[in-house]
Amino acid sequence: MTDLLLLVVTGVGLGALYFLAASGLSLIYGLMGVLNFAHGAFMMAGSYAGWWTMTSLLPASMPVAARLGIAVVVAIVVGAVVGLLVEVVLIRPLYRRHIQQVLVTVGLALASVAAAQGIWGADPKPLPKPEWMSQTTQLLGARLPNDRFVFILVALALYLGLLALLHLTQLGLVIRAGVENRTMVEALGINVRRTFTIVFSIGGAAAGLAGLLYSQYSGTVSPAQGGSLLIYAFIVVVIGGMGSLTGTAVAAVTVGLVQQLANYYAASGVGDLSVVLLLALVLLLRPSAMKGAMA
Amino acid sequence: MNETDTGTPGPILTVEDLHVRYGGSHILQGVSFDVAPKGVTALLGRNGVGKTTTLKAILGLAPRTGRILAAGTEIQKHSTTRIVRDGIGYVPEDREVFGGLTVEENLRLVDRERGIEAPVVDRLFPDLVARRNQRAGTLSGGQQQMVALARVLLRPTTLLLIDEPTKGLAPKLVTEVADVLAEVARSTPILLVEQNLPLVRRIADDVVVLDAGRVVHRGRAATLVADADRTRELLGVSMRKEGAA
Repeated sequence: MTDLLLLVVTGVGLGALYFLAASGLSLIYGLMGVLNFAHGAFMMAGSYAGWWTMTSLLPASMPVAARLGIAVVVAIVVGAVVGLLVEVVLIRPLYRRHIQQVLVTVGLALASVAAAQGIWGADPKPLPKPEWMSQTTQLLGARLPNDRFVFILVALALYLGLLALLHLTQLGLVIRAGVENRTMVEALGINVRRTFTIVFSIGGAAAGLAGLLYSQYSGTVSPAQGGSLLIYAFIVVVIGGMGSLTGTAVAAVTVGLVQQLANYYAASGVGDLSVVLLLALVLLLRPSAMKGAMA
Repeated sequence: MNETDTGTPGPILTVEDLHVRYGGSHILQGVSFDVAPKGVTALLGRNGVGKTTTLKAILGLAPRTGRILAAGTEIQKHSTTRIVRDGIGYVPEDREVFGGLTVEENLRLVDRERGIEAPVVDRLFPDLVARRNQRAGTLSGGQQQMVALARVLLRPTTLLLIDEPTKGLAPKLVTEVADVLAEVARSTPILLVEQNLPLVRRIADDVVVLDAGRVVHRGRAATLVADADRTRELLGVSMRKEGAA
C-alpha cells in the first residue's frame, strides 16, 4: 500500500511536469495548427536561464529557495520572450505552410541544442535545489518526495490559470473560437494574428517554467533535456486531444502514472514502452485523438 | 458615402475584373459589378459558378486579383480583419457559428461590452436572448442563422455580404430570415447570395447573375424574376418551382 501511494504521488508529480511541458504545445497547436518542435528549445531556454540566475546572477549567500523563486520568474519571462520572437520572426511568415513550419521548428530545435552545447558544454550542470524539496514527507507510512508536491501544485495552478484565461477573458474567448474556426474569427474582424503571438508567448512561458522544474526534478540542466521532455509532451498532447487543455491534463497524469507503475511492477525501462503502447492504443481506438477542442 | 459626378450616391462596392484561381482552376474570370448604396443586390447563379468565391474574394478570404472599391476606397490589398473592421460584414454559407461557445459568447466575441445586451439583438432576435446560455452548436439551423446575423450586426457596417442565409431552412424559418433581412436592408446595403427566387423577388432590388465565373446578367430583380424564360435560361429554375420566402 505504501509502495502504491509512493508510485501514485511520484507518477502524478511526473505527470504534472508533463502537463507543464504539454500545455503550451497543446494551446499552440489547438489555435494555430503549428506543430512546434522548437518547444523543447523553449524549455531549454527556461532551464538554462534559471540555472544561470541561481548560480551566477544571484549571490550564493541567498537562500536556495529564494533564488529558485526568482529563477522561476526569469525562466517564465525568458520562455515567453523566446516564444514571442520565434513566432514573430520564424512562424508568422509561414502560416498555413505546415511542412515549412515543421522544418523550421525542427531546425531551431537542433540548432538550439548545438548552440547550448557550444556555449555551456554537453555535460549536465548541477542545479541547486532547496533543501525542503530534496526531503520527503511521511504520509500513511510512505515517504513521499516533497518536490513532487511542488510540481503538482504548480501544474494545478497553471491549469486553473489557463482555464480562467480561456473562460473568463476576451482573449480566451478568441482562442476558443479560433480553435474551432480560425478563418471565421478573422472574418469577424478579430486580429487573430495578434492572438497567435500572445498564445505562442504563453506557451513559451509555460515551457520555460517546465524546463526549470524538470531540471529541479533531475537535479541538472543539460542541452538535451528539453528534447527528451518534448517527446513525452507530444505523446500527452496526442493522447489528450490536440488543443484540449483538460484532455492534456488527464493524459499527462495518465502517462506519468503508467510510466511509474510499469517501471515498478514490470521492469525498469518498461515504463517508456508502456507509454508508447498507450499512445498506439489511443490512436487505434480513437483516431480522432489528433483533433480536439479547447476546454 | 462616395458620390458620382452628378451628386447621386455612388456604389457602396465596385468589383472590377476580379479573378480567383485555386491551383489549376480559374474560378472567377474577370467578374465586374457594382452594389448599390441602398437595398439588396442579389448575386445569383447555378451551383458552382463562383458566387461564394466572389464573396470570399471581396473579403480577402480567397486569393484574388483585380480591383475592389468599398465606398470609393481600394481594399484589394487590405487584410480580412481590416476590411471587416472598415465596415464590411460577412455571414458565411452554413452559418459557421462557434458551436462550442454559447450564444452569448458568440456575440461577445464581436462586441465584448454589449454582446447579447445590444439593442439590435433584442429588436431583431429576441429568441436569442432567451437562449443566451445555450451552446450555439445545439441550436436549430434557423437559430444558428440568427446568431450569425446578430453577430455581424453588432459591428457598425456599411455593407453586408450574406451567403445563402436560407439554405436548408424550413419554409417558416425562411420567412423569418427574410423578414430580418428586409429589416436590416432598410439601413444597410446587402450583397446577397441566394438560390431562393421568391426571397430574391421579395427583398432584392438588383441582381447580378454569374455563370462559369463570369457575369452574364445585371439588372433589376423584379424584371428578371418576372421573366420566366430568362430566369430559366440563366438559373435553370423559374418561380413556379420555388418555395416560400
